[in-house]
Amino acid sequence: MTLALTSPAAFAPTARRRFRIERFTGLGFALPAFILLLLTILGPLAVLLLLSVTNYEFGGVDMDWVGLANFQKALADPIIRRSLVNTLLYVAIVVPGGVFGALLIAVMVHRRSRTRSFYEVIYFLPVTSTLIAMATVWQFLLHPSLGPVNGLLKWLGFAPIAFLSEPSTALATLAVIGIWQLLGFNMILFLAGLTAIPRDLYEAADIDGCSSGIDRFLTITWPLLGPTTMFVLVTTMITAFKIFDTVAVMTRGGPVGSTEVLLYNIYLEGFQYFHTGYAAALTFIFLAFILVFSAAQTFALDKKVHY
Amino acid sequence: MATVALSSIAKSFGSTKVLGGVDLEIAEGEFLTLVGPSGCGKSTLIRIIAGLEHQDGGSVAIGGNRVDHLRPHERRVAMVFQSYALYPHMSVRANMALPLTMSRLKLWQRLPLLKLLSGQRREVMRGIGADVDAVAAQLQLDHLLDRKPSQLSGGQRQRVALGRAMVRSPDVFLMDEPLSNLDAKLRVHMRTELAELHKRLGATFVYVTHDQVEAMTMSDRVAMMDSGAILQLGTPSQLYEKPASLKVAQFIGSPAINLLPATVAAGGRLEFFGRPMALAVPAAQGQTVTLGIRSEALSLAHGETGRASFSARLRRKENLGSEYILHFDLAGHTQGVTMRATPATAAGVNESAEVMLGFDETAAHVFGADGDRIEPRGQAGAIGSVVPLRAGA
Ligand SMILES: Nc1ncnc2c1ncn2[C@@H]1O[C@H](COP(=O)(O)OP(=O)(O)OP(=O)(O)O)[C@@H](O)[C@H]1O
Ligand SMILES: [Mg+2]
Repeated sequence: MTLALTSPAAFAPTARRRFRIERFTGLGFALPAFILLLLTILGPLAVLLLLSVTNYEFGGVDMDWVGLANFQKALADPIIRRSLVNTLLYVAIVVPGGVFGALLIAVMVHRRSRTRSFYEVIYFLPVTSTLIAMATVWQFLLHPSLGPVNGLLKWLGFAPIAFLSEPSTALATLAVIGIWQLLGFNMILFLAGLTAIPRDLYEAADIDGCSSGIDRFLTITWPLLGPTTMFVLVTTMITAFKIFDTVAVMTRGGPVGSTEVLLYNIYLEGFQYFHTGYAAALTFIFLAFILVFSAAQTFALDKKVHY
Repeated sequence: MATVALSSIAKSFGSTKVLGGVDLEIAEGEFLTLVGPSGCGKSTLIRIIAGLEHQDGGSVAIGGNRVDHLRPHERRVAMVFQSYALYPHMSVRANMALPLTMSRLKLWQRLPLLKLLSGQRREVMRGIGADVDAVAAQLQLDHLLDRKPSQLSGGQRQRVALGRAMVRSPDVFLMDEPLSNLDAKLRVHMRTELAELHKRLGATFVYVTHDQVEAMTMSDRVAMMDSGAILQLGTPSQLYEKPASLKVAQFIGSPAINLLPATVAAGGRLEFFGRPMALAVPAAQGQTVTLGIRSEALSLAHGETGRASFSARLRRKENLGSEYILHFDLAGHTQGVTMRATPATAAGVNESAEVMLGFDETAAHVFGADGDRIEPRGQAGAIGSVVPLRAGA
């Protein structure tokens, strides 16, 4: 009996059948996840791609194939170019500010033992409040004549600044608000990273001569926060690319287009002018940017990060 | 090489008193082991010497100078942690070089970018590299220098931690249970290696362990601690042969010492299992004392004189190869006794057989009701001198 089972002649067909059964079982288990992926991500992306090569207008009954015309138009459009530059500028301010600011706060909050949770809550509050509601508060704070910020500037002897209605300061002001909103969340991520660093490493470093805060930070904290920093960097960048709500409620792209950003233009084209096909093409460009930047960051940093 | 002197070190964490005024003088080049049960304050004491923890009272002096105000790295001590605390993101080479880069390069020469401006940096780094290589060769780490700690075995990590401590040639090595994460065989091997290292370096070693075998085998002197105080300080043989208290006697030695009750009869004569002994102690009549008898002091009794004896029933034989440990039950006692026996002796005793066990009365340690050692009359000071140190008493 045992002999017959282990002889190759008797074994081979069973093995093949078993392999096939296992294969089907495996596929069966993977299927639900695949269908979900198809319905929620790949499907919409395909629809987006289809729309982007048509001149479909929202509510219209017919549409024509226009090929890459939408993309050509977008790349030639000075408004889109300007909004692209504005978006990149915004990202260039928000990413370093939101990442290193949060790191600084996290390192300081981490050292507090009794008041730590108090600071955590304070810094996390902007994350939990809706930005649209907080935007009104910011609008009041930054008001050229009534706002307390300008009141302070005047008291210090400076000329008042019209933060949101001056083309040279509007985008930077929005970036500061963007940083303010991101700090809390990034701080929590960094705090989690800091908590995971074993305490005896700092003690060993202390004995080995890392007596100053700078030495401890450079020898232990910064390298061991590598994975956290990379995650925070990529998510912050994606969030910054998606800047929309402050623009929509506070500046509407103005003054003189100085705060026009990609997502706001997509919104205008798609939901105000109903150029759905064109908006789809813009969305594609937008997604491509995020993908390229995230991938570049990940590849550049992955080698340097210690896990 | 330096002396370490602790005077009335006290430490509390909140309302828990962990150390109650510890005094300890460690000689230059000595290997001193702090041993004691878990939670007795050994780590706290060694961390206070290192400067990682600050004492509430008392002072620490290294090499004759008080170091209470100094940061850990200024005390010229090195520490080996139980967890090794190797920097996981650095190669073995960088781990071992860190103490040297910290002491030999100025802050600006270590900063990113700025360090490129330094002309001497290269020279200094070459010197550091040579020193690291020399220590690595001593510890047979040469072929591992480019690995990360996560790519090393437990024993290799242990060596790297030692190497990192050695590169700075510190005056004092502090080690907090450095071998407890190793498997039994490697631990035995590292014991020898550490003892040899101590001899070669000639530095002062302060070694923490809760393993009495480590304490006995490596140390020049052992300080047995319990509940934040040093119960006894002496050479390993002093602790073994003249334990100052019941706790020391119980902790030192494996298998644990046998404890049997005896009563004090007229004239301080001890009575053991109803029979008078030759031993007499300076204690009041009617008191109960405890006799401590090491397992090797017990043997099968054949009615000799000058030996106390009692009957026991064999419960279990434990074969250690070269010898046996025999476990006996005593009628009317919850605690049994253990006896070391040669294989030949062990073969002569049958399971659950009733036998007479005996011991030389002079080999028995007598402890009073308070747990302190009582010296039998007429034999005080027979083996060395005992230094009972009772802090806070
Ligand atoms: N940071 C701390 N906060 C509060 N209590 C502490 C702290 N560190 C140690 N203790 C307490 O102090 C006592 C002594 O601790 P310690 O670490 O010195 O013990 P130990 O002798 O090294 O024990 P083990 O052999 O288990 O390592 C313990 O009761 C412990 O709970
Ligand atoms: Mg400990």
